[in-house]
Amino acid sequence: MRADAADRVEPATNKYLIAVLAWAIPGAGHLLLGRRQKGVTFLITLTLMFAAGLWLEGRIFPLGFDLTQPLVGLAAIADLGIGIPYFVAKFMGHGAGQVTAITYEYGNAFAIVAGLLNMLVVLDAWDIAEGRK
Amino acid sequence: MALFSLFVSVVFATLMRDEPRDQALFGLRLFGGFMAAGIVIGWLLYPLPL
Repeated sequence: MRADAADRVEPATNKYLIAVLAWAIPGAGHLLLGRRQKGVTFLITLTLMFAAGLWLEGRIFPLGFDLTQPLVGLAAIADLGIGIPYFVAKFMGHGAGQVTAITYEYGNAFAIVAGLLNMLVVLDAWDIAEGRK
Repeated sequence: MALFSLFVSVVFATLMRDEPRDQALFGLRLFGGFMAAGIVIGWLLYPLPL
């Protein structure tokens, strides 16, 4: 059943802040909005998925769009979707990518999809903050 | 493939369902679908040369 405009509760939280935090720390947006079970699930699952990508010798693609290699730029944007773990991994020297490793492409898929899924989680947190869900 | 399917199923089920029981059922269906599709597509590709 769709809620009428009068029934909708205007959230007291800043939806822009929620979106930024939801991007930076997977699940943080849901935790701040009181959806504890969802927040904890996203935090554990997405962080583990990104870490699995690094463990499988995946590469964290560098930012900076090179027109000769557009797929690298798109992969970097997808990787960046995971938020702070991207920068932590870079800072700790992970994600160099072992291209000769048999798991290299699997690792890339894990890291890229973890970032893309976190973007969906950010959109979900935004919808909740707007009172749509 | 199983680990990847597990992660994606958990996130999608948590996103799309609100009740834990619904999440578990939907997640299991998604996981089963991913695994079945992976195995079927793998066999369909088997005759193709590398």
